[in-house]
Amino acid sequence: MSSINLHFDVPGDDFTRAGEASGSVKKTLKDLGFGHDVVRKAVIALYEAEINLVIHAGGGQIDIEISPECISMVLTDHGPGIPDVALAMQEGYSTAPDNIRSLGFGAGMGLPNIKKYTDEMKIDTKVGEGTTMYLKVFNT
Amino acid sequence: MTVKDIIEKLELSVLVEGDLSREVTGGYCGDLLSWVMGRAQSGDCWLTVMGNVNAVAVCVLADCACIVLAENAALDEDARRRAEMQEVTVLRSGENAYRLAVKLGEIL
Repeated sequence: MSSINLHFDVPGDDFTRAGEASGSVKKTLKDLGFGHDVVRKAVIALYEAEINLVIHAGGGQIDIEISPECISMVLTDHGPGIPDVALAMQEGYSTAPDNIRSLGFGAGMGLPNIKKYTDEMKIDTKVGEGTTMYLKVFNT
Repeated sequence: MTVKDIIEKLELSVLVEGDLSREVTGGYCGDLLSWVMGRAQSGDCWLTVMGNVNAVAVCVLADCACIVLAENAALDEDARRRAEMQEVTVLRSGENAYRLAVKLGEIL
């Protein structure tokens, strides 16, 4: 199998469409024959990152590269950026407003879950300019 | 123990029928979606009061066997459509999550 590339535009503040990209990637990975645990890791991390685009960044783009060895995911936004990444990585820390919390989000588990379910995670962020997140899940 | 068995033994109503022959291997209680997604296991019966479209997405991605809405919590119309589209079984009970979890623990 050569590499497969997927691109998704994620609209901001539309919770009825949130998760469409993750659901689509899950189907693709299953169709390609990736193992259950690898698929689960990749899509949980991707969903958390996708939700962050919707809640915090006013939307963004997702680019996926799937090879037999690795699922690479790059999420780009032009939102407010993350002022303190170390703080944002702490379990339970959240800046989600009350209307978002009422939907069941804002547990402060988004970034910790992404770290937990990926093999590599890198965040480039600049306040006022946006954030790019690089994620990898290896096909072990 | 399948989803169908759980429906009968816990006397649940079926709001959306997915794969009722799916094996249920455990249970999980929670309403905070990221918390559930990070901790629920594949094959869990998920007890919650969160009946929105995002809960359906979490069930699919965390690979839970079904959603059980406790205390007759509402299922949004968007959520119902998404569940039907993705073949997620959504069940409902008048009991609270604690009582449902106790019963589930007794039969699993």
